[in-house]
Amino acid sequence: MPKPSRGTAADSSHPEHMGTPDSPRIALVTTARKAPAWYRTVFNLDNAFRGLMILAALCVLGIVGLLVSELMQRSSLAWHAFGLKFFVGSQWDPVSGSFGAVPFLYGTLVSSLIALVIAVPLAIAVAVFVTEMCPKPLRKPIAYSTELLAAIPSVIYGLWAMFVLVPLFRVYVEPWCMKYLGWSGLFEGPPFGIGMLTAGTVLAIMIIPIISSITREVLSVVPQHQREAALALGATRWEMIRVAVLSNARAGIVGAIILGLGRALGETIAVTMVIGNTPQIAKSLLAPGYTMASVIANEFAEAPDDLYRSALMEVGLALFLVTILVNILAGLMVWTVTRGNPARAHAQ
Amino acid sequence: MPSKFVQLRRQVTDRFFTGLAAGLSVVVIGALVAILAYLVLRGAGSLNWAFFTQIQKPVGESGGGMANGIVGSIMILVIASCMGVPLGIGAGVYLAEFGRGRLGQLVRFTADVLNGVPSIVIGMVAWGLVVVQQKHFSAFAGGVALAIMMIPTVTRATEEMLLLVPQSVREAAFGLGIPQWRTTLSITLPSARAGILTGVMLAFARIAGETAPLLFTAFGNQFWNLSPSQPIAAMPLQIYTYALSPYDEWHRQAWAGALVLVLLIVGTTTLVRFVFLRRMMGGAR
Amino acid sequence: MATAVEVRDLKAWFGKTEALHGINMSVESNHATAVIGPSGCGKSTFIRCLNRMHETNPEAKAEGEVRIGGMDVYDVPAVDVRRRVGMVFQKPNPFPTMSIYDNVAAGLKLNGTRNRKTLDEVVERSLQQAALWEEVKDVLKKKSGASLSGGQQQRLCIARALAVNPEVLLMDEPASALDPISTAKIEDLIFELKQKLTIVIVTHNMQQASRVAEYTGFFLMGNLVEFDKTEKIFTNPSDKRTEDYITGRFG
Repeated sequence: MPKPSRGTAADSSHPEHMGTPDSPRIALVTTARKAPAWYRTVFNLDNAFRGLMILAALCVLGIVGLLVSELMQRSSLAWHAFGLKFFVGSQWDPVSGSFGAVPFLYGTLVSSLIALVIAVPLAIAVAVFVTEMCPKPLRKPIAYSTELLAAIPSVIYGLWAMFVLVPLFRVYVEPWCMKYLGWSGLFEGPPFGIGMLTAGTVLAIMIIPIISSITREVLSVVPQHQREAALALGATRWEMIRVAVLSNARAGIVGAIILGLGRALGETIAVTMVIGNTPQIAKSLLAPGYTMASVIANEFAEAPDDLYRSALMEVGLALFLVTILVNILAGLMVWTVTRGNPARAHAQ
Repeated sequence: MPSKFVQLRRQVTDRFFTGLAAGLSVVVIGALVAILAYLVLRGAGSLNWAFFTQIQKPVGESGGGMANGIVGSIMILVIASCMGVPLGIGAGVYLAEFGRGRLGQLVRFTADVLNGVPSIVIGMVAWGLVVVQQKHFSAFAGGVALAIMMIPTVTRATEEMLLLVPQSVREAAFGLGIPQWRTTLSITLPSARAGILTGVMLAFARIAGETAPLLFTAFGNQFWNLSPSQPIAAMPLQIYTYALSPYDEWHRQAWAGALVLVLLIVGTTTLVRFVFLRRMMGGAR
Repeated sequence: MATAVEVRDLKAWFGKTEALHGINMSVESNHATAVIGPSGCGKSTFIRCLNRMHETNPEAKAEGEVRIGGMDVYDVPAVDVRRRVGMVFQKPNPFPTMSIYDNVAAGLKLNGTRNRKTLDEVVERSLQQAALWEEVKDVLKKKSGASLSGGQQQRLCIARALAVNPEVLLMDEPASALDPISTAKIEDLIFELKQKLTIVIVTHNMQQASRVAEYTGFFLMGNLVEFDKTEKIFTNPSDKRTEDYITGRFG
């Protein structure tokens, strides 16, 4: 058998003769040396590999599909029992079998809104400070510290909130609010320490990192020539930030805020530990409440009958849908600013 | 010509907002410091040998530890990784190497959706898929829930890192006659290895601290359990239960557990971000 | 013959690299002065020093004396300097989130002018000076600054700079990103404008310099090699390096 000439890597009949004495050997493995043409086309390893990867990708689709189908299936009992009244009723009384989800919708919404009100100014301030104002050596440490807040697990936030925030709120913050802000009608009732305000506060700390890091990305994408245009007109630095940077990044910042909202809506453990777990709708922010995620966390494992569990599943389905919608909306807004560079837009 | 007053006002405004931004940044950093410092304060004293080797003592007795939770967490995380990492990397390879079309867009979008699903909902779904079928809580069910949570992060990291490998490298391989599958396995994936590992570790750190998905899957266990098909303790679960209990002793354990958990997670995240990413990106991130 | 800008021994650095080695120049008021030279010779750096834009780069440093209308620009806050010296950049950079009206009025609003009537008047006057008024007068508040064509955007930027009534207008290759017709319009503009203010224009296009400027300075590797009436520079330069450049031997 004649020796293959140098460099004929395509000769698959003698893999051991691949390459030259100096260059690395490349062993080509083809499984279908003696197989007929159609077999080779369909069953070669390339296709097998590709098929396997497609399978993995399809699994991702499948998981989400399973998720949706599970939620819908297991909540159908409650759906058929209550219909839309489920989302209008405000009585959650498992004993008598009446399930109305309004207290949880209210609780989730209000706690998330409180969180946004507190978190947004803080997050944007940090982002603006880091990208536009602070001296270069401080940039990375401050940015990194903000991201570190995102790495702390929820249960630890809850633990800290229970033993640090709650007494603080009970003794100082809530009486202060009652005294000076009581005219608004939002700060009434005994200062328990636990309640909506505390839950909203710990939520705020938890969502600052995501709002801040996306805002930072969005600010850094604003072209330098816009800043220069403002400066050349004689703008002070703050004026330049206001006119050239923040206004250009507007859409992205709104997207960042909405993403923060999405995160706040789904947060479970930290909130459950400090919100008081009382299904009620109260005007006062100092009153205990209950969120969709919290009621599931507290009551699902012990729910004794199918209807109860199904009602909780329906709450879960509602939570799922709301969170998905909010996240999609946010994603769209951020995308329009970073123009489809997903690596940049993804936080955490 | 604008008045001196206007010019002064502009200066003052500029200074004010700079100060405000700096001040609020201090508040945020302050919150971080407050949390970490308090953890060390309350938890460091309770970290002893017993903590790492014993399980909880009955109410009233002091001492004991979270050993079962530590072991349980490790077991659940290993189970989750065995499922989540291959699936995630596979999906990531698909998206980077084959997925430029419609299906790819759909998968990418779905992975993003999955990333945003609240962890409690994933826990409920894992309950429905595993616990109900098997008729008991188990470490395996917990693993399934956490695996679902891992997948989007791993997929995204894998896709990103693979896309960073220049097309010319692949073309060099094809030009040599190496088939696609071999190129991906032996050439492209290894070049992206560091970044993918980073993504996996970050995903790992994230799920290590999750409590909600384990509430109705792993469920928790007061005693030792090394079987994946029985309910099992996990650190976040134990911290949660201890914190909500009325016993001071258990609170003490909760703080200790929280400190250990934070050190592990924050340590891993920091290590990954600084060491790996620095080395990979050449310091410019 | 008044001097609008007096530059004495101006040096500039980017970090450790010295980009300008002691420039001396007197810019005649109500005339256009061109700054020419090959890429990297420091001409952009030079005019950016005139309105202290150079220092917006954190690693940049400048030393020397730049007097505009008698005031040393390094003695007063940069913000004040930039109000009296306008700048037009190579790539048009209108504020995309603002309407045409708001773009032109931006400088005024920052300076505290709130009076509607005053703003309206100044916007119209500036747009007319920039030869853009007729084209946009009906869509002033409806169209955004970024929705105009390249040439129109650049004229919008000129109007924006003119609205604050600067004494000196710096133009950094204002037409290099534009098509020939827009370029011609801008050159016509310069003719009109220099009757009221002083213009310093950086250009890599020697024909443009000879068309619009009475004086020209030739920069090479951070040095001002020759500065004289444009006519002389292009027909009978004193320095051999100048001659080499204008005859196309390099750059």
